[in-house]
Amino acid sequence: MPLDDIYKEVILDHYKKPRNKREMPQAERSCSRNNPLCGDEITVFVHEEDGLLADVSFTGQGCSISQSSASMMTEAVVGRSLEDAQGLIHRFRGMMAGEVEPSEEELGDLVALKGVVKYPIRIKCAVLAWDVLQEALGGRESASGTSAH
Amino acid sequence: MAVTRERSTGLDVARIREDFPILSRTIGGKPLVYLDSTNTAQRPRQVIDAEREFYEQHNANAHRAIYFLGEEATDLYEGARAKTARFLGAPDPSTIVFTRGTTESINLVAHGWGRRFLKEGDEILLTEMEHHSDIVPWQFAARDTGAVLRYIGLTDDGLLDLVNLEDLLTERTKILCVTGMSNSLGTITPLPRLIEAAHAVGALVLVDGAQLVPHRGANVAELDCDFLAFSGHKMLGPTASGGLFAKRELLEAMDPFLGGGEMINEVFHDHSTFNDVPWKFEAGTMNVAQEVAFGAAIDYLEALGMDHVREHEEELTAYALERLAEAGARIFGPTDVAVRGGVVSFWYRDVHPHDLATILNEEGVAIRAGHHCNQLVMRRYGVPATARASFYIYNTMEEVDALVTALGRAESVLGL
Repeated sequence: MPLDDIYKEVILDHYKKPRNKREMPQAERSCSRNNPLCGDEITVFVHEEDGLLADVSFTGQGCSISQSSASMMTEAVVGRSLEDAQGLIHRFRGMMAGEVEPSEEELGDLVALKGVVKYPIRIKCAVLAWDVLQEALGGRESASGTSAH
Repeated sequence: MAVTRERSTGLDVARIREDFPILSRTIGGKPLVYLDSTNTAQRPRQVIDAEREFYEQHNANAHRAIYFLGEEATDLYEGARAKTARFLGAPDPSTIVFTRGTTESINLVAHGWGRRFLKEGDEILLTEMEHHSDIVPWQFAARDTGAVLRYIGLTDDGLLDLVNLEDLLTERTKILCVTGMSNSLGTITPLPRLIEAAHAVGALVLVDGAQLVPHRGANVAELDCDFLAFSGHKMLGPTASGGLFAKRELLEAMDPFLGGGEMINEVFHDHSTFNDVPWKFEAGTMNVAQEVAFGAAIDYLEALGMDHVREHEEELTAYALERLAEAGARIFGPTDVAVRGGVVSFWYRDVHPHDLATILNEEGVAIRAGHHCNQLVMRRYGVPATARASFYIYNTMEEVDALVTALGRAESVLGL
């Protein structure tokens, strides 16, 4: 059943019980973006303390892939330095572009999203939250190409 | 049982399906169930053959080649124009401009008529069910001329809300732009009433026929519309075929759209004079082979009979509405198939349309998921996107069953 590559238990768990899905009034950084292909929209909030991402949350709506990716992302980047978070964003993109063989040690639950690579049209869904985080952190890298159609 | 019902519509669907090579494809070992003809239709062998034959036997540039092949190519190209005019009930072929399709046609009107004749304070009346291609070009024209955009809203059941039409359609209205059939809701709009009301206040009417023409046909003489835009690829023809009907006096008064070869009469250092209509709007080498094959698509539909096409789609749509409702889907748009074409937008339980499309794809079922270039409609009904199944001459009751069966997969995959 090839669909199990994409709808893994861990993805569905994050979809049904998203972590850190809340607004964050004290956030110093926040950014919103939508995926015009499917209407998904995500806002990411970041609160910094002592140069670390002390709290990261998101709001929005979308498919299981975009929502679970956002949920896992917030867990994966919290506590990291800005530079460290940028590195993770880069490696996650590398995995979704099929260029980097992901290590579970480094990406944790996020490895579950690797199966999405086989569904090219859905890669944008997986990368959306990461685009927004990147923009919130002040750098633009548009690997997902969220162009209008 | 289903077979009997299909026969009653006068279309021999089994026979029709044999004309479409792609329908015998399998997807992941499962038969293709193509339910996305509103997006783009499939092509019968007759259309594919017409395009191939043009390239193999007649290829030369139209209107520019003084030799035998050039004459053949020109005759075939202009023959397709005459065929299109006849199919649409247009008075003569010069009222048909070939374009890449509906989007280009509407841009042509918004540019050539809109920028030329709209003035500050004039109003452009649209509807909230217009495709983005019948909104954005008018936003450009409004920005450049100072004209104002107004919108006819929608009722809860997916019809145009015409209660306050008299307030919206006034002597300030210069053009009403309205779809003949919504590509997300399926709604068939009351064109005769709207056109009469618009003309009564001196406004022109542009009909977006992208869905209406393939599925119901249109007669521009009976409708008395001023412009009708249509796409070949949604009615069995090649991509980038199709065009625009416009009343001749409008075409003559309008500015050209693209400048270039063949659209001119004489070129001087500082200005040019233009060719007669419709060639004044056909700059550069056109999609000659595609328009010729578009003519073959018209032949195919005429041989079936547009009344039969309509009856078949009404039956399929009624069946799909019934089965999807039984399955617990939320359906958008009218439930009466007399005012609804073969397009069914829906939400199945809480499954996001993108997830649903991916899961249905594993069962060989191809549907569209997204906002369908209808963001105003999505916003009106409070959803970011919908799943959409749409039907054409080759679809069967069994394919509707396959859709509904595949929906069940969503529950097991997502653990609902």
